[in-house]
Amino acid sequence: MATKAKREGARVPVAKTYKIYIDGKFPRTESGRYFTLEDDKGRVIANVCRGSRKDFRNATVAARKAQAGWAGVNAYLRGQILYRIAEMLEGRREQFIAELKLQGMTRRAALNEVDASIDRLIYFAGWADKYQQVFSAVNPVASSHFNFSVLEPTGVVSIIAPDESGLLGLVSNVAPTIVGGNTCIVLASESMPLSAVSFAEVLHASDVPAGVVNILTGLRSELTEQFASHMDVNAVVFCDGKRDTAKMIQELAADNIKRVVARGDIDWHSDSSQHPYLIRDTQEVKTTWHPIGT
Amino acid sequence: MATPENKLAFDGGWEYSPAPESTDHIKVAKKYELFIGGDFVAPASGKYFDTINPATEERLSRVALASDADVDKAVKAARKAYNGAWSKMKPADRGKYIYRIARIIQERAREFAAIESLDGGKPIREARDVDVPLAAAHFFYYAGWADKLEYAFPGRRARSMGVAGQIIPWNFPLLMAAWKLAPALACGNTVVLKPAETTPLTAMKLAEAIADAGLPEGVVNIVTGAGDTGAAIVSHPGVDKIAFTGSTEVGRIIQKALAGSNKKYTLELGGKAANIIFADAAIDQAVEGIVNGIFFNQGHVCCAGSRLFVQESVAEEVIQKLKDRMETLIVGDPLDKNTDIGAINSKAQLEKIESYLDIGKQEGGEIHQSSCAVPASGYWCRPTIFTGVSQSNRVVQEEIFGPVLAIQTFRTFDEAVSKANNTPYGLSGGVWTDKGAKIFRMTQSVRAGVIWANTFNKFDPTSPFGGYKESGVGREGGLHGLDAYLVLEA
Amino acid sequence: MSLAAVDTKRKLPDLDRVPRVDEVGVNERVARFQSRSIKKESKLAALRMVLSMIDLTTLEGQDTPGKVRQLCQKAMHLHDSVPGLPHVAAVCVYPTMVGVARKALEGRGIHIASVATAFPSGQAPLSVKLEDTRMAVEQGADEIDMVISRGAFLAGDCAFVFDEIAAIKEACGDAHLKVILETGELGTLDRVRRASVLAMHAGADFIKTSTGKIQPAATMQVTLVMLQAIRDYFYDTGRMVGMKPAGGISSAKLAIHYLVMLHETVGNAWMTPEWFRFGASSLANDVLMQIVKQQTGVYQSADYFSKD
Repeated sequence: MATKAKREGARVPVAKTYKIYIDGKFPRTESGRYFTLEDDKGRVIANVCRGSRKDFRNATVAARKAQAGWAGVNAYLRGQILYRIAEMLEGRREQFIAELKLQGMTRRAALNEVDASIDRLIYFAGWADKYQQVFSAVNPVASSHFNFSVLEPTGVVSIIAPDESGLLGLVSNVAPTIVGGNTCIVLASESMPLSAVSFAEVLHASDVPAGVVNILTGLRSELTEQFASHMDVNAVVFCDGKRDTAKMIQELAADNIKRVVARGDIDWHSDSSQHPYLIRDTQEVKTTWHPIGT
Repeated sequence: MATPENKLAFDGGWEYSPAPESTDHIKVAKKYELFIGGDFVAPASGKYFDTINPATEERLSRVALASDADVDKAVKAARKAYNGAWSKMKPADRGKYIYRIARIIQERAREFAAIESLDGGKPIREARDVDVPLAAAHFFYYAGWADKLEYAFPGRRARSMGVAGQIIPWNFPLLMAAWKLAPALACGNTVVLKPAETTPLTAMKLAEAIADAGLPEGVVNIVTGAGDTGAAIVSHPGVDKIAFTGSTEVGRIIQKALAGSNKKYTLELGGKAANIIFADAAIDQAVEGIVNGIFFNQGHVCCAGSRLFVQESVAEEVIQKLKDRMETLIVGDPLDKNTDIGAINSKAQLEKIESYLDIGKQEGGEIHQSSCAVPASGYWCRPTIFTGVSQSNRVVQEEIFGPVLAIQTFRTFDEAVSKANNTPYGLSGGVWTDKGAKIFRMTQSVRAGVIWANTFNKFDPTSPFGGYKESGVGREGGLHGLDAYLVLEA
Repeated sequence: MSLAAVDTKRKLPDLDRVPRVDEVGVNERVARFQSRSIKKESKLAALRMVLSMIDLTTLEGQDTPGKVRQLCQKAMHLHDSVPGLPHVAAVCVYPTMVGVARKALEGRGIHIASVATAFPSGQAPLSVKLEDTRMAVEQGADEIDMVISRGAFLAGDCAFVFDEIAAIKEACGDAHLKVILETGELGTLDRVRRASVLAMHAGADFIKTSTGKIQPAATMQVTLVMLQAIRDYFYDTGRMVGMKPAGGISSAKLAIHYLVMLHETVGNAWMTPEWFRFGASSLANDVLMQIVKQQTGVYQSADYFSKD
């Protein structure tokens, strides 16, 4: 950070402290520990919070508290809020591009990453009041009953975001989760965590209620187990293609029959990586029977 | 039930002071041109017509009268835009333009609402709380569909139609423009839209919004005029699809005119909806539903609940409560925030309504109107109910399109259904009962495109709307509303 | 007095015939009242009317004679720098404080309301409730605010609740009886409607939403349902019953919305302190600030209005 100050000449820039995001607040990690992020020349870019299992526990409490309220927000408004996130991100394009460059991307790649993230938010904002129409059904049962099936959010979802895509990977997993009325706890990319924290600031400025999205930074080796095992988490989404990780997550998830969504090896830049089945992954189907008579 | 001892009094006590919406924030030009090819252009004929404020009978502005030549120019501009930018654009980008329109409507909501109220006579409360937010919501909803059409019609490939000609009515000018434009644009079509001759102003403000949103020129073209302008759109060979909302009479003419052409069409026409109150209904909320069903927007609503059927055992109670409720409705200055019923949209419409009041009386119906005062100038009609009428009466059969309710009673479920269906119309219906099973039996039994249960006159961009029988062809709104603007291929 | 001695003219109505209530419809109607825009003269008239309808209330375990005397002072002198203001309708206190209030308010035309019947829970035998009521009346209460036995009502024992109200009504003598339904404990608007009908038939002069000790206290939704019950009872019997929303109404704006609702549901006859009250402890000052704002055109600070 000191080196950066020199680069910019006379004015000493103010460096930013990157913190985690829980329940609409930006605390430091409860553990007090950190890990450093370095640029390609080995200079320290930032001290990143090394989130702990207590942070995860607090985040889960916040996500659970927020879930019923968020699911109760009507679809139109949920769509408006996602659209607002996109607007806020658009307004901070340059900040995000700079941060991605700082974490090793070329300007061109960074620009693509940010623009694709904005467009992805718009894409899922549009689904807010449509996925029900595509996935729900009126069922022509043989008896004198009106029978229909609708989707409902699974509940609290833990997300281990892709490591290789600091912003787009995060957005591509958070947006379909929350647009369907779930709340989530996200583990940011370990190698590129800065965009996740700045994205939390965008969320914070976008009418997203506290607790709907909680973002932790930290080490996968320490936190993956927490994300998969917590008994008050209903589904775990993980973007990690490693077979032994997958097996561990599957096994831990079984303790409370978590829904397990594996999203390894996806090119998040590809158009084919955006589709409404990402929303359906964290939905339950609820069927109602109602008599027809006088 | 009503005796001198137990009669409620609503007038003569505390009165609400005037609470007028200010108009200092709105911009209405002295003259409006046609919006063709992204520019505001003078009509070929050089002719303009007045649009007046029906509450004061004063002129608000002068609006270009589009002739065949102007319509031709508009259709060509739309075709050029279709062949050029619009149909080739990435669907997600098309969506972004439509989102922009939605946002601009939200940002200018207050201005849109005030102008809608001035030009059409509707209460500012309704323009502000219903028309304008719903219009924005429609653009939002369909913007999202632009890049998702493959999920709407599984097994088919959806492609745009080309140039859509759209003709909209005067009862919800901005909202109907939104209903028409949003799905058409999302599906990749370009448009020539004609607003009604008595209410062109918000369409022209929408033209400004569309220009400000930076849509490629010619994607939306707005031509103002009366029936002849509409006919020119319908008969223009360069138009691929006609969407019309208006009377069944004109709808029939359009369907005939289109016979033999390859143009596709959707028609959203008249109605004479049955609103059915069962004895086990939540009566006080049902009374609100009756009021909302027939007095919303001065009764200028194609899906208005204009035929009320009340189960005999509660008829007296319902009618007394309805009469008391009518006493609290404020008729007058549409711009007053407390006005419940604004001005009748035009002199011609007022005359039509008044002729039905005479017909109803001649037919032997018992007329009751609320006792409120109405302004001296402008076009007004007090909320009105007819009791003692029957299925054979014209006020029961024909669409009045005003704040006039025809009330009948019934005894059994089957009787209610049979009377409700005994009409050439089939746009909407209402049912009020505390019993869920009865609701679903009723929705199965009433032949209409929309059934409201324990509510009435509810609209949402996600919800399809449209009629059975003479109430129209096709649906607008929701996933089903996309159908009208797409060709579905194998 | 035993229940057998209760006035036999009163009969428990068939509560199954009470109209059902649809919550969504009620919410929509309330939203319409809230969309009314009350300005200028109509606002000033409303603000003054609100003041005149307030039951200025203190119902705390920590109440002392000194506190009650201060409250009575406030009741008489709302804001003397604005001449010609009405006084509040009543002060509302516990039975033990009725004597203090009586002395403080002697001859000022302000009623003394006392809660009774083992307020706020109502968990006491009838004999205790009757004694509580008689004591308050003897001490000089003009109005008795009783609570219904919610437990019995929720358990379906409507006859018990009915008889209890009728018995308390007898014990009130000339004092007016306000029956608190404690709507926050009834759970549904259907039950609120039925409890209202029951209370009116049992002899209530007023029906009242809440003790103020349970959340939610008064809401516009609940008050609308009760007003509709009052209106229907009036249609049927010609007898007017008063309405008192209590608890949670602390802003002038909200109070005016209640007046709009009152006006458009039961009409002019109810627009007086005789038939409508606000049970409130902090509403008066907000109304006073609005009145001064209307007169001066300047928004006010709470520092300039006495808190008692």
